[in-house]
Parts: sequence; structure tokens; C-alpha cells
Amino acid sequence: MSNLITLNNGIATISENEWTIVKLPTSQVKERKQAGKVVLFKLTGEETVTQEQIATTEIPASGQIIVPLTVFIARKAELQERLTGNQIGVWVDTHEVLEDLINNVSDLNSLPIIAIHVERFADGRIFSLGTLLRTRYGFKNELRAFGDVLRDQLYFLKRSGYNSYIIRTDRSAEQAIASLNDFTQPYQGAVDEPRPVFKRYNRVST
Amino acid sequence: MYKYDEIDQRLIDERVTQYYDQTRRYLAGELSEDEFRPLRLQNGLYIQRQAPMLRIAVPYGMLSSKQLRKLGDIAKKYDKGYGHFSTRQNLQLNWPKLEDVPEILAELATVEMHAIQTSGNCIRNITTDQFAGVAPDEIVDPRVIAEIVRQWSTLHPEFALLPRKFKIAVSGARYDRAVAQIHDIGMEFYKDNNNKVAIKIWVGGGLGRTPILGTVIREHLEWQHALTYCEAIIRVYNLHGRRDNTYKARIKILVKTLGIEEFKRQVEEEWSHLKNAPNTISESELARVSKHFEAMPYEALSAHNAIFDAAIASNPAFATWVKRSVRAHKVPGYRAVTLSLKPHGKAPGNATTEQMYVVADLADQYSFGELRVSHEQNLILADIKLSDLFAVWEKAHASGLATPNIGLLTDIICCPGGDFCSLANAKSIPIATAIQMQFDHLDYLYDIGDIELNISGCMNACGHHHIGHIGILGVDKDGSEWYQVSIGGSQGNNASLGSVIGPSFSADEMPSVVQKLIDVYIQERTPEEHFIDTVRRLGVAPFKAHVYADKSTTKLGVPYE
Repeated sequence: MSNLITLNNGIATISENEWTIVKLPTSQVKERKQAGKVVLFKLTGEETVTQEQIATTEIPASGQIIVPLTVFIARKAELQERLTGNQIGVWVDTHEVLEDLINNVSDLNSLPIIAIHVERFADGRIFSLGTLLRTRYGFKNELRAFGDVLRDQLYFLKRSGYNSYIIRTDRSAEQAIASLNDFTQPYQGAVDEPRPVFKRYNRVST
Repeated sequence: MYKYDEIDQRLIDERVTQYYDQTRRYLAGELSEDEFRPLRLQNGLYIQRQAPMLRIAVPYGMLSSKQLRKLGDIAKKYDKGYGHFSTRQNLQLNWPKLEDVPEILAELATVEMHAIQTSGNCIRNITTDQFAGVAPDEIVDPRVIAEIVRQWSTLHPEFALLPRKFKIAVSGARYDRAVAQIHDIGMEFYKDNNNKVAIKIWVGGGLGRTPILGTVIREHLEWQHALTYCEAIIRVYNLHGRRDNTYKARIKILVKTLGIEEFKRQVEEEWSHLKNAPNTISESELARVSKHFEAMPYEALSAHNAIFDAAIASNPAFATWVKRSVRAHKVPGYRAVTLSLKPHGKAPGNATTEQMYVVADLADQYSFGELRVSHEQNLILADIKLSDLFAVWEKAHASGLATPNIGLLTDIICCPGGDFCSLANAKSIPIATAIQMQFDHLDYLYDIGDIELNISGCMNACGHHHIGHIGILGVDKDGSEWYQVSIGGSQGNNASLGSVIGPSFSADEMPSVVQKLIDVYIQERTPEEHFIDTVRRLGVAPFKAHVYADKSTTKLGVPYE
């Protein structure tokens, strides 16, 4: 059974995953990750991405693939033809900076999919990244959450613009699907419904 | 006060349904401890030393009599017949069962209450002035925007899992009673030169391990933009606040490290995209919510009342209580009354089920069926007629709610501490009660005058010790409980953080340490000075010198004979 939930026009279904994730090879370097505008706040204790890792990342010769942002940027020339053919998506980690993606692609919507990886479900940066991609940068194609994705965050992911979710493999996507609709009338405007409740209804004080 | 329509009601009903299922999945082993933690925390449930603790939201401190009765019922049915009012104007139950919590939330929902976001790394309960709407120095009733912010922040999808907790306080009076400067965001409403409601915004304040007063990020913001500007601030924080170290994860650390100029630049850049977005507050929404906070149907009364004057003249105990517990009201002939939850020798901020029922009855009979919780952990009846004050006093007195110590040394702000809280390093309630008993002498308390003593059982600072004129912090030294003392902290327009006077003390020493601080004040004060004024004039040195002069002191007993 697939663990991918996709949302189309408000209808959620379990779908087959047609995208292959391309991973960076494991690094020996135990440096601390320094991505981000504010280096100091990005000291997550994770390993940094080295040039060697980027260079030795194995990119399958064919098929639809999602490549790490660092690889996408460094090896763009090599990927260009497949990008035009809608075969390339980008993997963005929550500590990465969207400007790095925006500055390295002429039209964001030339990407059929952006997949945001959340290492710990409690990392709420994923919601701001989704919101920015949809509202600031006008991304219209598939926006996927993968990694530590659990049903109790689905409603927030949906509201933050995600329309594709790979539920963590030890959990049931079928059961998770219900949580997309935990609430019927949110108070505040967000990506899926920009109008706050007071602009959707004529609320009358009683 | 704000009353739910079907949209508000449906949302909290759905929240109850959601939490029933989350609890079920946790108990069935389908959710791990780690996965369940943020879910239960965002419904107010901590796992504590003795039992779980449930923190129920009291939005900006407003309660109806019906809600208070329900809280009393719940405390009796699911707990030990009492609750603790907190410095965030919420109510905490210390003994509920984890498996009962969904049912408690369902009961709360029947009176338009919930525990949403009373804990966890999200936007917490909005707090404000306990005299909102009735204070003579009020410019703008802060509860209207507070309610609009409450709705906006409830289940805000982008800010559901922030680096750390996020607290917002609002104030609309000349004198800030909401301590805006110790909040992640503090908003002060005022009328600008065009007589329009505007907001001054403070950011990056907070107590805890690293106490910092907030910095002004914006002197003037039109009220319509309150939500979008908060979104800009919290988005910058959500993306760039530290997530690797929980002690450095609050927004104050981000603001301090970036510097206010750079932080502001990033916020303003973000806001340039958000300004006038759909979450901008509309005139009609402001009008709709304002209707819930319209003036009560006050009677036209004289500013004086003969019955009241006679009672004052003939009953010294009543007169004493009035002096401390009764405040001016913007409508002639009315007063705001503070009921003390600080009887000497009992846990500060606690109320029994029976007391909750009594206060609910008093609210119904004398104060339009509403009351408030203050961050000083007392209860307020905001609209009492002068002619009713004596009756209110008699009934409150009979239920132990009329200790005339409001604003005095024994009106101690105190967290539940090591008796209940699993975070605490040390007990706080026994220190509070020991100090209360040391000073259980009203004439002496009056002579000492206005003073604020705040106690926290750990550096998380729920007892706001940094802003106490005297602050006491429980610390752990080699597994035993010690207490660090600071002086010179203050809330209000001249908010300040206290300075530690020196090495910490054992619990036994604490009453005499406070006694010595008071002795120095009594000796050094000028006739018009309160304790805080003397500390500010003289600095810490003379207090420190006296306290540490002879560490082998004996208890002083009641001095000043």
C-alpha cells in the first residue's frame, strides 16, 4: 500500500508515488551545518553538505527524480534537459533558504514538484516554507511534505499549501487521511483559504 | 464579554473530538510519548510530579459566573476540589487523570471554554489588564483586539510548531498592568495624533533563564494591521529562531543576537508583503467584536453613597479592606473589587470549588455575572456599586476571600513550585506561606506599604520573580533546595529586572532574609517612598550588607514595637 496522500481540488486520495528521491551520500565530515541567512541560528548539529558529497551523488539516468537543493544548484547543467522534460523536482530541507532555490531557477513553476523534508515532525519551519512558496513565490505545482510526516500535522500542512504528503512508513496513510479535515471552519486566513472567517461570513454578534 | 457563535462553538467541539481520538491512539500505543507530547501540551496537559496538570485557558482573564461554576464543578469531579489561578490568568488543575482529559475538555466546551494552546511551542493565551473596560486611565479597551488575536492565533497553521512558546500581552491604559515588556510581543494601544487607535509594539521580552525586557519594534501601527504585523514577526522567528537548544529558542534570543535594527529590518521586509493581506482586520469585524465589550447597563449613580460612607465610618475592618481591595471605576458610583486569593498561610492563587461558587454568586448578584483573573493571581469583580460593597465584603470575608492585603507584602505571586511541578528546582508555596506567617500582622504590613514579592520555583519564572520588588528564585545546589534573592524588579511603565543580592539561602532562612530587607527599607525610607523607590535610590548595597552582615541570625519575630 502506498504511503502517499495527494490532495486534488479538496479531495484526498492514496496515490502511487512516481518520484524517486535522490540522496546525498553520507559524509565523514562532522562539521555543523551552516545553511541559512543567520548562520548562528542554523547550528543544528547536523552534518554539512560537502562538495564531495554533491559531486558523488548518484543521479539515476532516467525517470522522475527529486534531487537535493545543493545538488540541483551545483549540477544544474547536467540536469537541464531533464528539467525541461518535467523529470526533475527539488528536495529542500527545513533549514535551507528558499532564496537559494529561487535564485537558481528562472521559473519556479518549471519544477513539477518541490518536496520539503522535515526531519522531526515538531519542526514547524515546514509551514512557513510552504506558505512562502505558495504566496510569495507563486509556486503552483505539487508541494510535498516528506520525512517525519504524521497525521496530526496534516491539517496544518494542508493549510500551509501542501497538497502531497508521504506519511512516515510505519504509519497508515489510509487512517491519516481523515485528519486533513479535523476542522471545518478555521479562524484565520492561510494558503488554502486566504480569507479569515470574518471575511467569509457575515458574523453577527448576539 | 465575548460570546461564541456557532463557528466558535463548532471549532472547540471539533477540537474535543480530535483530542478524544489522539488520546485513544496514545493509550492504544499508536502514538509514541514524543508524538503525543505536543498534542497534549497544546491541549494544556502536562505530565507532572504527582499527576498530570491541566491548564485551562481563561482568554485575557475574562470569566462568566457560569464558566466559573463549571470550573468549580470540574475541580470537584475530576480533581481534589480546588484549582490554581496562574500568572497567565489561566486555571490549573493539579490532579486530573490523563484519560479523563477529553471528557473535561468536552465539559468545558459546553461553557465556551477550552485548553487550546495553553502550553506547547505555540502562541499561548493572550493576557491583559484585569481592569480592562473599567479602569479610569484606560484609553482603548484592549479586550477587543485581544479577542481578535485569540481567534487568529487559535490553530494558526503556520505557527503550530514554533521553536518555543510564544506569549502576547495587550494593554490599553496609561499605566500598563499587563506587563507588556516581559512578553514575546507586547502591544500597547493608544490614540494617535489623528485620534485613531494605534499600537506600540514591543518584541523580545521574557523572563525565564535569560530575563530581558522587550524592545520597541514599532512606535506606531494602525490597529487594522495587528494580525499581519504579528505574522511578520512570528514568521521571521519561526524560520530563524534556534531549534537546537531549548534554552536559546525564545524570540528574545533571536532579537538580542541579531540586534533590534536587523530584526526589525527583516520583519518590515516580511510585512511589506503581508500588509493589507486578507488577515487585515476589517472595520466590521472590529465593530462586531466591540459589541461584546460594550459598557455594562450601569445605573446613573451619585459619586458618593451614604450607606457606604456610614459602613466605612463604623467598621474599621471593612474600611481597611476597602483601602486595599477596592479600586476606582470609570463610572461614578461603581468600584472594581479584588478578591484576595492570598490568605496568609495558604497556597497563593488557589481557590476551592466552594470559593468558586461563592465568587460566581457574587458576580451574578452584584457584578453583571462576570469576573476576571489577574496575573497577580487574584479574582476581580469589576462592576460593584458603592452601596453593595459592604454586602460583597461580608460574603467574601465569610469565604476567606477578603484578606485586606492586595498590593502588600503577603499578596505574593507564586508558582505551584516543587510540590507539584516537575520542572521546579525547589518548593515555592512553603516559602510563600512562611513569609506570610512572618508578616501576619496587618498594621505592620500597612506600614511597609505597597510592595510586590514574587516567587518562582525554577528559572522558568512562572512566578515572575525577576519583576518582583523582591524576587525569590528556587535553585538546586547539589540536590538540595536553595533560594536566590533579587531586589529592584518591577512591573508597570517603569518595568525593570531585579538584581541578585548575593549567595542563596536555605528555606529556613527566607522569612528572616525578607525581614532584613524590609528593616533596611523602614530605616532608610523617606516619607513618600515605597520599597521599590528606596531600592532604586540606594541600590542593592545597603540591603546586601544588612542581609549578609551576620549569616547566623535568629528570627526577628514581629519587630517594630
